[in-house]
Amino acid sequence: MAYMHIGKDFVPPDVNGKVTGRIKYAEDYTREGMVYARLLTSPIPHARVVNIDASEALAMDGVFGLLTADDVYPDGEPQSTGLKVLTNEPTLVGEPILALAAIDEKTAETAISKISVTFERLPFVLDPLDSLAEGGPDAYNGGNTYVFRQGFASEKWSADQVASFRAGNEPTAEPQQTFAYGDLDAALAESAFVYESTFTTAGYPHQSMEPRSAMAYWENGKLYLHGTSQSLSALADGMASIVGVPQEDFVFINEATGGGFGQRARANSIPSMAIPAKMSQKINRPVMMRVTRDEETAIGGARQGFQGWIKCGFKADGTMAAADLYIISDNGGKGGGGDAYSAADCISILYQTEAVRFRGTSIGSNTGHRGAQRGPGQNQIAAIIAPILDKAAEELGIDRLKIRQINTPQNGDVGGASRTPFTSAYMPEALKMGAEQFNLEERMARSRKRNGSKVTGIGIGQGYHNAGRSGMDGIVRLTADGRLKVHNGVGNLGTYSYASTSRAAAEVLQMPWERVDIVTGRTDRHLPITSPQDGSNSIFTNTRTNYGAAMDLLGKMKEIAAMELGGDAADYDFGDERVFKAAAPSEGMTFAEIAQKGIALGGKFTGEADLPEELNDFTKISVSRLAGDALMGIYHDAPHNNNPPGFTVTFTEIEMDVETGKYDIVEMVTIGDCGTVVHPQGLKNQLVGGAVWGIGLTGYERHLYDPQNGLPASTGYWQSKIPTMMDTPAKIKTGWVDLPDPENPVGARGIGEPAMGAVAASLASAISDSLEGHLFNSAPVTADMIINHVAGVTSEAVPLAQNNFRG
Amino acid sequence: MNLNLTRRRFIKGVIASGAAATTTGVWVAANGAARPAGAVERMIRININGQVRTVDVAPQETLASTLRYKLGLTGTKLGCNRGECGACTVLVDDVSTYACSVLTHSVKNGRIETVEGLESADGTLHPVQQAFVEELAPQCGYCTPGQIMAAVGLLRENPNPTREEARQGLSGNICRCGSYDSYLDGVMRAAQIG
Repeated sequence: MAYMHIGKDFVPPDVNGKVTGRIKYAEDYTREGMVYARLLTSPIPHARVVNIDASEALAMDGVFGLLTADDVYPDGEPQSTGLKVLTNEPTLVGEPILALAAIDEKTAETAISKISVTFERLPFVLDPLDSLAEGGPDAYNGGNTYVFRQGFASEKWSADQVASFRAGNEPTAEPQQTFAYGDLDAALAESAFVYESTFTTAGYPHQSMEPRSAMAYWENGKLYLHGTSQSLSALADGMASIVGVPQEDFVFINEATGGGFGQRARANSIPSMAIPAKMSQKINRPVMMRVTRDEETAIGGARQGFQGWIKCGFKADGTMAAADLYIISDNGGKGGGGDAYSAADCISILYQTEAVRFRGTSIGSNTGHRGAQRGPGQNQIAAIIAPILDKAAEELGIDRLKIRQINTPQNGDVGGASRTPFTSAYMPEALKMGAEQFNLEERMARSRKRNGSKVTGIGIGQGYHNAGRSGMDGIVRLTADGRLKVHNGVGNLGTYSYASTSRAAAEVLQMPWERVDIVTGRTDRHLPITSPQDGSNSIFTNTRTNYGAAMDLLGKMKEIAAMELGGDAADYDFGDERVFKAAAPSEGMTFAEIAQKGIALGGKFTGEADLPEELNDFTKISVSRLAGDALMGIYHDAPHNNNPPGFTVTFTEIEMDVETGKYDIVEMVTIGDCGTVVHPQGLKNQLVGGAVWGIGLTGYERHLYDPQNGLPASTGYWQSKIPTMMDTPAKIKTGWVDLPDPENPVGARGIGEPAMGAVAASLASAISDSLEGHLFNSAPVTADMIINHVAGVTSEAVPLAQNNFRG
Repeated sequence: MNLNLTRRRFIKGVIASGAAATTTGVWVAANGAARPAGAVERMIRININGQVRTVDVAPQETLASTLRYKLGLTGTKLGCNRGECGACTVLVDDVSTYACSVLTHSVKNGRIETVEGLESADGTLHPVQQAFVEELAPQCGYCTPGQIMAAVGLLRENPNPTREEARQGLSGNICRCGSYDSYLDGVMRAAQIG
């Protein structure tokens, strides 16, 4: 289909600000009379605050006030997992205990040094299996796990059960979570090759480039908060509740966000922004709270680590008949997410496994707090499962691409725990396209060939994430000058989807892009509610809402033309910013004329009446404040059918130096199946960005903690070892299938998360291939692990160790 | 990345500026008094983006702090404030330098350039900025000013780098979004634009 905007590159309106330095992040703002808040954070991994003596600090010149958990939670802290704004019950090093505001940061720091906090030390634990073992410490006050709607609980296995698991055996304890379908025993009995092993994947911090600094002030009873988020309206909705201010009196300002990756999607994942808001309320001054890299590492979120067991069965023809998983997921110091469930779900979808059983238990540790991180669950397991597929191919004498083609999801298939059909699926096309662009046949001939100390490894990987939601709202307006305003609450964190999804509205009205304004950046510009920009959903979800709102607007425009020029709305067509009689194109009205007439008519034309009943409350507030001054299109998106998947495939060639354990990625081709391509440059950026994250997951990134004192050793970029330009290929080749999805009006599905999983999988596959098919059953696979393997040295690390070095 | 800027050089800079020895720290040259031993002139004139600016700089103040908090040049970003990420990269006498890891006093006689100084008065973007727009090199944009300044520094030294040379030249600048490929495309395009 020929589109005017969809599938075309454009210059997003914020790019100029990004290259000139003019665009403002939260810390770039200032306000007359602004003072500075600094944090006192927990120096120990698990404690209870017994007393805070701040008398000396508060007596200092230039100190304006103190904020503690008692101020924030006068009725006591919520007894649940999740980060608190401030706490008297820290369960990880770096958790904010109090904030102090002063005339400048130096004074604030000096004053904080004079505060005496008495802690009662509590037992801490860094490895979930140590906590599971009978008699082991619990990470939380009240247990080592949190059961939804039931509260804290203590989950314990016998020492023998833990030891048996660490020794490589299937866990025998009752899990917290399960799902299953198919006849697992029969599927395993039918299998010609069965692989069984324990495995680990590491937790590691998000490390967004922009620390979560925030600035707040109150004016005329309203709270103005400059912050950071993945989703302006979705975050504002929750943050108002955390601060305790009515939504109508809360203005969230967020022109740009320096990276999110899952941990800035919702207000409860970034409650620290409430600190300057509450402090400002208390001391009646604007308050800036700059967050340091150490602080960002501590409270900025982390991926859940896995300690797992997997058993996969493959039939003689290569079909993956069975997958049986048992995963202990590390919930860290403040609770976590559902990564383990998603991991099993992902295997079911990516490989169309005939019978799947998942068992999982989430256990806390006194380490960085966990939450959604780019492909939570799907991407950890991608790095584990790919070498297993290669092993099955080798044992069964099947080509490594072929075994993936045999098991590939495709149109008409169902997948996952819920056995939900796909809206569309073009993985076979992606595999074919990638193999051709990679020149797989020629490269495969070099597989495992040695040249001096260098060995070639070839890898193939696949990634998946559910990539689309519904139920959100859209608002568009046609102003008296005939310009189209698209109100968009999607955050601006680098995907440019706030702009590319707005183009769906421009597409409906065939509006030249220069006649379109995107209204975003702060909630007092009156935005519709959007889904948090996570889960790869934005391009699907918000093209639906913007398209729907524009269709509503177009209907009203035709109605007005019919009222003015006679006939029925159905008799009218449009083009070149005019609505005209289809039978007599010279008889029509310009968009500007129609907007002016609509404003004069008011009522349903300007958002003053007949709103969609299902409209979300957040959107209703925005519409009420916009009502009357423009012709308005309003839309509530009804639920969609089935599962819109984001799929990727990646092919990788590495040159492994078996003397150093380091490798160069000499070729990488990654292909996306994400429906119709809306914005090619944005898609390319998601694919190459996801590739860098995938390289980090498989090759480098991990939490490390000092086992004696529970102190984090990876507190910044370097120790966390996020990939630099030198760890990634000089060129990553990208492509896309570009076939439309029927559940989206422009055919689009998301891509951000699978873009990472496929690369993680293909790199793990390539590393394994370069080492004669050795399976580490671990992510990351670090250079020391490779050297030890090549040297035949058995690691002295504790098996399945989490938050520590592993063998 | 300025390979010459080592932690040792940073510490030497601290000592040279008097920060390590100063306890009073508020001596100002304009008062005409004799300089106390170990003190440092605070009110200094520095050349930033071709303009000489007078600014009160504490002895222990980093260039990033001066730029951001004294001069309002917030294009220079702080990602780590400890020389890991390169978001604060500026040019000092054409050499890319981490502004978080150099004291303002130690570069007060240098020619300092930040991302705000690249655009022409008529709004024409610098070739590196223009190329980064055309390649849509930034994602979240937080590291972009640092990437741009590193690229400008590289291209002044080597106007026609190979892709591998560009990769080496920008290797001191982390991008968590992983936009390295697009940044390299931008550098190569900028070299063509000249």
